[in-house]
Amino acid sequence: MDTYYDPKGLKKFGEIGKDAPELWQKFQAWYGAVFADGALSEREKCLIALAVAHTVQCPYCIDAYSTASLEKGADLAQMTEAIHVAAAIRGGSVLVHGVQMRDHVHKLSM
Amino acid sequence: MIPTLKRREHVLSVAAAQQARLHELPLATTFEQAAARAGHDPLCATTVEILQINVGKKCNQTCRHCHVDAGPERKEVMPDLVVERCLELLEQWDVPTLDVTGGAPELHPRFREIVARARRLGRKVIDRCNLTITQVNGFTDLPEFLAAQQVEVIASLPYYAPKQTDLQRGDGVFELSIAALRRFNELGYGRDGSGLVLNLVTNPVGAFLPGSQPSLEREWKRELARRHGVAFNRLYTITNMPISRFLEFLVDSGNLEEYMEKLVAAFNPAAVDGLMCRNTLSIGWDGQLYDCDFNQMLEMALPRTIFEVKLADLERRPIQTGAHCFGCTAGAGSSCGGATVSS
Repeated sequence: MDTYYDPKGLKKFGEIGKDAPELWQKFQAWYGAVFADGALSEREKCLIALAVAHTVQCPYCIDAYSTASLEKGADLAQMTEAIHVAAAIRGGSVLVHGVQMRDHVHKLSM
Repeated sequence: MIPTLKRREHVLSVAAAQQARLHELPLATTFEQAAARAGHDPLCATTVEILQINVGKKCNQTCRHCHVDAGPERKEVMPDLVVERCLELLEQWDVPTLDVTGGAPELHPRFREIVARARRLGRKVIDRCNLTITQVNGFTDLPEFLAAQQVEVIASLPYYAPKQTDLQRGDGVFELSIAALRRFNELGYGRDGSGLVLNLVTNPVGAFLPGSQPSLEREWKRELARRHGVAFNRLYTITNMPISRFLEFLVDSGNLEEYMEKLVAAFNPAAVDGLMCRNTLSIGWDGQLYDCDFNQMLEMALPRTIFEVKLADLERRPIQTGAHCFGCTAGAGSSCGGATVSS
């Protein structure tokens, strides 16, 4: 496929481990532990991952965590609210940087 | 309510067509090869611990994922001779559990008699209940009957909110299901110390696998209590099988190949030991015998009918398998009693 993002690429994720297997194994073990039921449920963790996936704009992660969120018992309403949280933080982040802009402008202005 | 495949004269209403559709998929391995690698070459039964009788295909609902293609107009009903033979074998073979399914099994004219006679034999009886049947005129006293007989109720509820439930099971089903669950709770079902067991079943509402059963159970318990004041005992996660109306959905939505690849990739060798076909005998409405309810719908019958079979024919028999069997070995496994592997 002649694009940077091939949908089949996600299935080849494991190939990343080929030339650094120890690091890959550590990553996998840690990754698995991160998403296990803990103080947060698997569903809640998937919704966080889904929101972050949208924030980092990773199409692989969006596909993977859309499916995973459904599998872990989330519904479309919960998933949509999760990405609104991501969007709000993104938007808020832009706006709060406006303080820096304003400080800079005030310093330069008469 | 969607019409059944049979009413629509859909090609997938024919079992052979379903099998052919699955057989032509270019899967990485066959189920038989996968089972062999897991130490089951061939996959064989153990002993018969559960008689699962499918008393008919008539149902008051037509759920989109139904592997039976059940619906209101279906005419298949277990005749008296087969009913009597089922009860006879239940007694003779000393099988501990009778699992009654359908369709909506309560629509069988002798449902209550079957239950009562099995209970008098001292057998555990499971009713696979769609919940809404208890809200239909003429059946509203079913919960009381089931409670009096101490029947275990396994009820379908794909989600704790209306949208997904109604998408899978039909408009208005969620509201009726909650009303039914509240009635069961009033009678003691799902309540600690009552001895009345109410287990729920969730099938994914789409082409994806169920999540971790213990994790979902915690969520379901919290949300059903918080939103609807409903309690239950266990949640069973059941993988949708690529059979009948769910197969139609997979084909129409363009998900069939990817779903099957997902089932194959998720094959869990540890799930083979606990496959339900190994300790269950599935009996069709017409007295044909099968390794499981899914094989029943694919018409993969055992050589002998209920009138000819002997217990010795069934113990350690080779199980008939196919690509659909990957549905029971994916992830934490899947059976009529939910996941088969502890997570």
